[in-house]
Amino acid sequence: MNHWIVAPIVLPAILAPFIIMVLRYHLDLQRIFSVAGVVALLGIALTITAQAAGGDIQVYELGNWPAPFGIVLVLDRLSAMMVLLTALLALPIVLYAIASGWDDRGKHFHALFHFQLMGVCGAFLTGDAFNLFVFFEVLLIASYGLMTHGGGAVRLKAGVQYVAYNLLGSTLFLFALGTLYAVTGTLNMADLAVRVAELPADDTALLRVGAVLLLLVFCIKAAVLPLHFWLPASYASAPLPVAALFAIMTKVGAYSIIRMYTLGFGPQVEATQGLVGDWLQPAALVTLAIGAIGILGAQHIARMVAFCAITSMGTLLIAISLFTETATAAALYYVYHSTLATALMFLVADLVMERRGGAIAPTAPMPQSGLISSLFFVGAIALAGMPPLSGFIGKLLVLDAARDAPDANAIWAVILIGSFVTIVGLARAGSLIFWKSHDAQHNTETGPKNEEEAQPAPAPEPNPGLVFTAVFAMAMGLVLLTLFAGPALEYTNKTAEQLFTPENYIAAVLGGDT
Amino acid sequence: MEALVASAVGVMTAAGIFLILRRRTFPVILGLSLLTYAVNVFLFATGRLALDAPAVLNKYKDVPYTDPLPQALVLTAIVISFGMTAVIVMIALSAYLSSKDDHIDMSAHDSVDAPGEDA
Repeated sequence: MNHWIVAPIVLPAILAPFIIMVLRYHLDLQRIFSVAGVVALLGIALTITAQAAGGDIQVYELGNWPAPFGIVLVLDRLSAMMVLLTALLALPIVLYAIASGWDDRGKHFHALFHFQLMGVCGAFLTGDAFNLFVFFEVLLIASYGLMTHGGGAVRLKAGVQYVAYNLLGSTLFLFALGTLYAVTGTLNMADLAVRVAELPADDTALLRVGAVLLLLVFCIKAAVLPLHFWLPASYASAPLPVAALFAIMTKVGAYSIIRMYTLGFGPQVEATQGLVGDWLQPAALVTLAIGAIGILGAQHIARMVAFCAITSMGTLLIAISLFTETATAAALYYVYHSTLATALMFLVADLVMERRGGAIAPTAPMPQSGLISSLFFVGAIALAGMPPLSGFIGKLLVLDAARDAPDANAIWAVILIGSFVTIVGLARAGSLIFWKSHDAQHNTETGPKNEEEAQPAPAPEPNPGLVFTAVFAMAMGLVLLTLFAGPALEYTNKTAEQLFTPENYIAAVLGGDT
Repeated sequence: MEALVASAVGVMTAAGIFLILRRRTFPVILGLSLLTYAVNVFLFATGRLALDAPAVLNKYKDVPYTDPLPQALVLTAIVISFGMTAVIVMIALSAYLSSKDDHIDMSAHDSVDAPGEDA
């Protein structure tokens, strides 16, 4: 067996308790180990992606129990690229959190960070539905701690909502898994797919209930309308570097939809026919529309970015719900783009909030306004899907994949109008925050703050150099994703091809010894 | 037996859903724990109900047995839900103590506030 597969889970699982127990009072050492851990994770992720790129599906049997009796981890192209994305996202964020001093505003930031990474990587790698639930819980428990990191009344209240909502989601997840187990007698995803296909037609009612419940759970995670309302308050109230990390959490929901529904519950199975297409697609369209309106109406930059996250999930889920090979390839490219772009915008929003508060209204100019506004500009172009950045390529691919779909007109209209509204909303926020502030300097009405700060104040971060390095690294990720769109697309095309031949996956998991 | 288990799950779920729709955190947390109890009983039933049967196969003679997997699932689910309930109680308590208000909803004032400022 190839032991690299379990490494993305084991490394943070060992590092996080080590940070809590040994380095509890040494913030500097925690930072060193935490960054080293993320760099090592990145190395592991690159290794396993290189291994998966060949097209082999590798199976890791935990405790050497053969599937379907034991829990397996499965490494295919999709899980490898998602683990790589997690590591790529985590590195700038951990650097940003260190440089901006966020990790010092509460306890155990780094330990929780690594537990979160463990949960996310585990969810991407596991080949067992109940194990997926367990990794969801791992990442959620860590996210509860991270979300309330730093404390404060508003954040804690938003935290209660967030935890309550996710506990409800977990309960629903258990109901779904229980129903599936009652019908099929297995929880291994590959085995589930086999049993679902073989199920007699009379028994499918309960299976459909289970599949709908499962879809609901993943939609809660992916913040699909009408189950999205936990997201704006939670993300806007969380520490924004943490919200940037949470950009991957909504993608865990999207990943689970792709994984479960390409494997077992696709349109080829009568019991679950139409679930992804007929149900998810309208919901995704409305999600995109509401997200765009939310961007336009937001009064606070963090809320605005949270709605950006919702719009990008809308576009992503439209692509997933088309359920064809080209659309899935486009969706996978869009996953990379939207995660990095949303995270970049959250970091920029944090830079803005640390300097002048988050209100989208003219105030006194802030230090490094030019630098931050150019970063905001990059993030806004990427999120709105304007050329030349990867958002444009991503949206173009989604539109192209939707061309032959039955609802192509509706999809094109919603995506294009949604992008337009997003551009207007982001332009409004950008001009109010960055341009009007300069005008306001010459205006006596803006209050006494102006006279005190004739000279712009220095940056509030303890280490502004590293802060900007981290944010620029995130922006650089988007640029690279644009420059190397060709190879990236080649990879996602092959990934989609692999996903739409689930027989290979099933054979690899149930086939016996590897 | 089936009717008893089914109605136990149903009543607990109904009560749990009623409670999580309340406006204060305490009933909501109670509702969440009731829901987790309901799902635990439900998970037990997913392996079919069997009375007085061991959870292991007998290798010498053909005796009835009960499915051991749901029991393992329930154990995991209990541990997780118990821990989660403890976490939400702690977060709700500190939210209550810091804002002197245990409403679960955020007032308009809360959301306009810049959340980063009070850290």
